Amino acid sequence: MADPVATTTRPGAWLRGVSRKRSLETEARWRPYWQAAPLALVFLVFFILPLIVTFIVSFWTYTGYSIEPAFVFDNYVAAFDKCIVALPDLCTTFRTYLSTLKFCAIVWAATLLIGFTIAYYLNFVIRTTTARIVLALVCTIPFWTSNVIRMISWIPLLGRNGLVNNFLMSAGITSQPLDWLLYSDFSVALALVHINTVFMIVPILNSMSRIDRSLVEAAYDGGASGWQTLWNVIIPLSKTGIAIGSIFVITIVMGDFVTTGLMGGQQIASAGKVIQTEIGALQFPIAAASAIVLLAVVLMIIWTLIRFVDIRKEL
Amino acid sequence: MTEMKRGVSRRTLLKSSAAIAGLAGMKAITGFPAVHAAEPITLRYLSTSTNQSPAIAEQAFKDTGVKIEYVSVTTDDVTKRIVTQPDSFDLVDTEYFSLRNLVPSGNLMGMDAKKIKLVDKLATVITKGEIDGKKIGDQGTAPHKVSYLEGQHSKKFASSPTEWLTLIPTTYNADTLGIRPDLIKRPIESWAELLNPEFKGKAAILNIPSIGIMDAAMVNEALGKVKYGDKGNMTKEEIDKTIATLIDAKKAGQFRAFWTDFNESVNLMAAGETVIQSMWSPAVTAVRLKGIACTFQPLKEGYRAWASGFALPKTLKGKQLDAAYEFVNWFLSGWAGAYLNKQGYYSAVLDTAQSHMEPYEWAYWMEGKPAEKDIHGPDGGLLEKAGAVRDGGSYATRMGAVACWNSIMDENAYMIQKWNEFIDA
Repeated sequence: MADPVATTTRPGAWLRGVSRKRSLETEARWRPYWQAAPLALVFLVFFILPLIVTFIVSFWTYTGYSIEPAFVFDNYVAAFDKCIVALPDLCTTFRTYLSTLKFCAIVWAATLLIGFTIAYYLNFVIRTTTARIVLALVCTIPFWTSNVIRMISWIPLLGRNGLVNNFLMSAGITSQPLDWLLYSDFSVALALVHINTVFMIVPILNSMSRIDRSLVEAAYDGGASGWQTLWNVIIPLSKTGIAIGSIFVITIVMGDFVTTGLMGGQQIASAGKVIQTEIGALQFPIAAASAIVLLAVVLMIIWTLIRFVDIRKEL
Repeated sequence: MTEMKRGVSRRTLLKSSAAIAGLAGMKAITGFPAVHAAEPITLRYLSTSTNQSPAIAEQAFKDTGVKIEYVSVTTDDVTKRIVTQPDSFDLVDTEYFSLRNLVPSGNLMGMDAKKIKLVDKLATVITKGEIDGKKIGDQGTAPHKVSYLEGQHSKKFASSPTEWLTLIPTTYNADTLGIRPDLIKRPIESWAELLNPEFKGKAAILNIPSIGIMDAAMVNEALGKVKYGDKGNMTKEEIDKTIATLIDAKKAGQFRAFWTDFNESVNLMAAGETVIQSMWSPAVTAVRLKGIACTFQPLKEGYRAWASGFALPKTLKGKQLDAAYEFVNWFLSGWAGAYLNKQGYYSAVLDTAQSHMEPYEWAYWMEGKPAEKDIHGPDGGLLEKAGAVRDGGSYATRMGAVACWNSIMDENAYMIQKWNEFIDA
């Protein structure tokens, strides 16, 4: 930031006055940038730079114990090995992404439905602020334990000899234990919804709390039914929250491999798991290429989302 | 640094570059060791959790005054740490099969045979690949192929013994399938049973590609589906065929789950989610300690063996280096060996371990004789009642029946790619 006096080039009090005013304006214009600078710096060092390095390394070659600077597309070719020739059969990469996208869709739909309902309840049904805060905190209970412990505790519940199967069999509903309760698409989706719903609740709750109650009353006075009010007033005004929540949920599910691994009995592939296996085998360049592909896919999804809702405008 | 800053004007300080500050910092640090020397030396011991036990660290501290600080990571991460962060540990316990990636990295140094008191007593299974003069299975990365270096900092393996050892062996074992005899209710004799449709939805294989592929190879060979030149170094075609069998089985719903962590395998077996699976010896013991029947089933095609050992980062020097050698020597001197033998592993020096075990313990664990008394684990827990016989019998019978060793293949990159295809199928 320039010293206001130092920028004055000509003598004369009135000129100096104008110049000072102008430089104060400059200062005011720059102030938000300076305020954003610390975070920007953190992002630059811990996010942008590693990303650039990852991008560069994705063109390198490797041996079992070293990586060598180069500019080859081998890693991308390997990532999409036989993807074109195998059509209409899907190659590993396409199948992995299809499976990951499928979970994305299921989890997104489920968390949106549950999250929106809970947010609606907290905002429009609960009357006192205290009760609202307490209940919102209750929603974070799943986060009081570590991810791994939370995952492992599903096993005694859903396992072959778990509580659910024991109950179903003793109640005479099934005669054989249900295998698909655990290590299946079902259990993966269940665990992902369980963990991620809160990421949908919070932004939607935030959007809803800004809705002017008089709008709801006006709709009611205008003769709108409950559903019409919901569809034409509340949902459009919660769009920002829904979009932000969706971005949270989709990015988390796209990159997840811990939950998919543990709940899927490691039998269900995920883009993240593929990267982890490659890193485990010290194939850093190919892992970097896979990471860039994953990033590109996630960015495309987010770009599409943003086209529907202008988040910047609504904020 | 504070001393230096005093008397320097604020302006000059602001002008001084980060580099100068860095230099000043370095000066200050070189002064520290004198202060620390009075404290016991601590060694950061990197390995998988299965190789670590607080009891061993405690006893080592009592006997040698060297403090052990365990750093526990997965098998793959041990390799990754050595290659990418060689300064993050002072001593590493790693598997022989990783050496093909570790030695060329140049991050480890050869272990000086002259400083290892019991170097001539190291088990011949490791150093020569034989028991009592008889050759054992050699496929894969058999330890004797990668035991010696041409020089202390050489990146090449020596074909005959030299005074520079790549690793000083700690433990080794012969692995096989674990089964739940109470749920299977019939004898299991072949690796082929892992893919027997009888156990549909109740089988598991381990998801560490370099080890899982070996179990898969044992199964394929037993089924007669693939003939291997060397299971530990497959051709692309052999890899394709091996993975194809696995994919077919997976699509037919044979597998309940895959596991990567020792504890996962224990949970799967103990909960009855699986009845037959790839397993490690201490995991079988852990299931049994819960009072659940579990057998580490010897199979007619033989075992898949592994061995691990100590290595030092090449940057280790001075008192730390001396302490590391002292700890390694202590490790071979018997107490730790007896502890490992009583867990079901095998120790690197057998004589010294024997002197730290009761004769009836030695007879049960190493000679394959029926237990004269109840057998207790090293932590005191009851493992076997009197009269029991160890699965697979004596040391010579078990290690003598080794068919192949864990390995890194020439086609490793291709194998990993195919393995991912299997996980995804």
